Amino acid sequence: MTISIPPSSSDQSKKLQPEGWLRYFSFSLDHKVIGIQYLVCGFIFYLIGGALASAIRIELVSPISDFMPRDVYNQVLTLHGTIMIFLWIVPVVNGAFGNYLIPFYVGARDMAFPRLNAVAFWMIPPAGLLLISSYFINGAAQSGWTAYPPLSITTPAAGQLIWILSVLLLGGSSIFGGINFIATILKLRRPGLRLMQLPMYCWAILGTSILVVLSTPVLAGTLVLLSFDIVAHTGFFNPTLGGNVVVYQHLFWFYSHPAVYIMVLPAFGLVSEILPVHSRKPLFGYTTMVYSIMAIVVLGFLVWAHHMFTSGTPPWMRLFFTIATSFIAVPTGIKFFNWVATLWGGKISINSAVLFSCGFIVNFVLGGITGVALAQVPFDVHAHDTYFVVAHFHYIVYGGSVFVIFSSIYHWYPKFTGRMLNDSIGKLHFALTFIGFNLCFAPQHWLGLNGMPRRVAEYDPQFIFFNQISSVGALIMAISTLPFLWNVINSAFTGPLAGDNPWSALTPEWLTSSPPPIENWEGEAPLVSKPYGYGENPEKPNLTSNILSDQSNSDSEEDEVKK
Amino acid sequence: MSKSTAALAIGSIITLCLLGIWIGQNVNFLPVDASTNATVYDELFKALFSIGSILFFGMVGLVVYSLVRFRRKPGEKGDGLAIEDNLPLEILWTAIPTIVILFVGLYSYDIYDRMGGMQSLQTSAHHDHQEMESIQKIWGGIGSGSIDSTNKNLKDSIPIEVTAMQFAFLFHYPEGDILSGELHVPVDKPISMRMESKDVIHAFWVPEFRIKQDVIPGQPTILNFTPTKTGKYPIICAELCGPYHGGMRSTVVVENENDYQAWHEKNSKVSVTSS
Repeated sequence: MTISIPPSSSDQSKKLQPEGWLRYFSFSLDHKVIGIQYLVCGFIFYLIGGALASAIRIELVSPISDFMPRDVYNQVLTLHGTIMIFLWIVPVVNGAFGNYLIPFYVGARDMAFPRLNAVAFWMIPPAGLLLISSYFINGAAQSGWTAYPPLSITTPAAGQLIWILSVLLLGGSSIFGGINFIATILKLRRPGLRLMQLPMYCWAILGTSILVVLSTPVLAGTLVLLSFDIVAHTGFFNPTLGGNVVVYQHLFWFYSHPAVYIMVLPAFGLVSEILPVHSRKPLFGYTTMVYSIMAIVVLGFLVWAHHMFTSGTPPWMRLFFTIATSFIAVPTGIKFFNWVATLWGGKISINSAVLFSCGFIVNFVLGGITGVALAQVPFDVHAHDTYFVVAHFHYIVYGGSVFVIFSSIYHWYPKFTGRMLNDSIGKLHFALTFIGFNLCFAPQHWLGLNGMPRRVAEYDPQFIFFNQISSVGALIMAISTLPFLWNVINSAFTGPLAGDNPWSALTPEWLTSSPPPIENWEGEAPLVSKPYGYGENPEKPNLTSNILSDQSNSDSEEDEVKK
Repeated sequence: MSKSTAALAIGSIITLCLLGIWIGQNVNFLPVDASTNATVYDELFKALFSIGSILFFGMVGLVVYSLVRFRRKPGEKGDGLAIEDNLPLEILWTAIPTIVILFVGLYSYDIYDRMGGMQSLQTSAHHDHQEMESIQKIWGGIGSGSIDSTNKNLKDSIPIEVTAMQFAFLFHYPEGDILSGELHVPVDKPISMRMESKDVIHAFWVPEFRIKQDVIPGQPTILNFTPTKTGKYPIICAELCGPYHGGMRSTVVVENENDYQAWHEKNSKVSVTSS
């Protein structure tokens, strides 16, 4: 049974927390502060990871290895992958938006375990600094973000060990966050709010947190064994001591394939919040969306070996994982059709948030199609470990998750700061990002199919032209960050005041002031039983009627609960 | 829905399908096909490319059309239609991907089978020379025991032992005891390679053959193929193996029977005298 939390018995806790800008550098327990901490910290790491990506694209302008030493190149690609996954996308789509939004969505005043929440965040900056500092100690890890042994055992040990330590810390932070989200969504719901009334992002975060809690410990265990192999010369994965290198790959991908869903499921949830608001329509097919998220969670655990079709796997295993992987396209496809149906017949405001969300749909559909192709064993034996795969997963994680992160920033910035972003600059940012992204990654499909393997510093001269186009795209992507940065920094001080609910949205975070007070609401948390009830009152598209009727509903529901 | 809009919708779907099929058949993203695997592979690729193009351009079309057609005009107020779901429609678009996936899955199983992926490893040529226990340990890559169109017996296949190391491939021909850094194979003859790595994981990839198999330390792998076009093709290491990974390349020379025999004789003599 859920318990209603009475407002403001908390004069004490208010005084314990620093106020003003200083609280963003403190061990704050406020979920909104922690959310912003995750977001800004993640973005700083995104800039670092992006600089590393630029270094890779500069190296690949010419077919010979001339921009940096070969071992540094391998360090750069390892750091780029690790930073972008563990320090940017995973913390931001889960930690940043999850922390900020989930308590609002369930009608709570904070997360279930505020201290654990703050601990989870504060593990990230040291882990990130540790990872980056390894470059200056004795060279960073250089075996890729996958750290396959025996390469990870034979390359310089210091960098690899620091990499393991850093990923363990980040994995721990992720597990803490996951536990907190599950507890908050299941146990801290406002009385009268049923699971099937929750905004879709809650379902996405619930599914993601299940994946995090069940799969991240496997990665942690695997990396501990790997560190034993490096430090104590054990033979778990070392073939010269009788170890098996393919076992590592199974264990690694048992986490790292679900990790893809840890990066995209929350993005699916965020898009499901953004599109209904700006197209003024209910989210289409709520129930099928919920079931498809849970189907992706279950199937997500059964597909890891499709990363290992060329590793030497028995035929039955190849077939099983082909089929399981292909079938993930079904629940994913449902979601995409539902989003298009949400747009269909709406009154869509063409703003930066909508453009980035639609850019996400277009990019992710392409990434999904190449994903189904790669799931087919006979297709994969040619395309595996080539630039085709590089293109595929950047369409998923950049064209998918990162586009959604930008869309979400445009959508929730008024709530975070109380001020509006400049939408014209936002559209410029979208145009540059979309063009730059596609210019960068679309040609890589062709490169991979025609014989360019991934993770190389030098390549066959026949590939110069498309590599240079790709590098031009990367340059445009790098430039696209500038108008965005200017926009978010400048608007925080000079942007027009947003008011509480600039989008006339119905989800609960908009039913309080911008930025919201500590503990989220001045009075009782509103009960929003229809977070997507747009168009129900076409004469007056405003909220009060909707919410009030819900309030009266809630009383009767509470009675039911008591009975 | 009026008749004209229905006709328009059906018309655009048909145009889309024709466009997708045309793209799949006519846009070539692949290098030369130089092995029996490659022709089968290209067949699958064309089918996937057609289906993918139809779905991709269909979805892009829907998104762009929605954004243009349903955009909020200046001064317009109010909400869109309060449609929350539509069961028949949702069943339809659960069925579409399911059917596409089933078709793709069955088709790629067929392709996989034709490449020899489902064959047991016992048909591999090496097993004549191997002990039973090592047979248990060997893992097959795709094309293990591949059957080419002319239905040659696999016993005719040429065994080659491949050793990968940082940062080179070495090819050893048991017949004639040839050791070479370049792979020479006769055209239209099945080849059976037994591969093992000396240090880290590498991968043997010939894009023109459409085959790739990891070369693993402590775990021999088998890769069979039949080249069909003479020429020189690159052998590329496809698994990150260290600083010079990008430079770990070799060449496979597919030559006609006479040239191959000449090469073989010339080198096996040298090899015999030196050993």
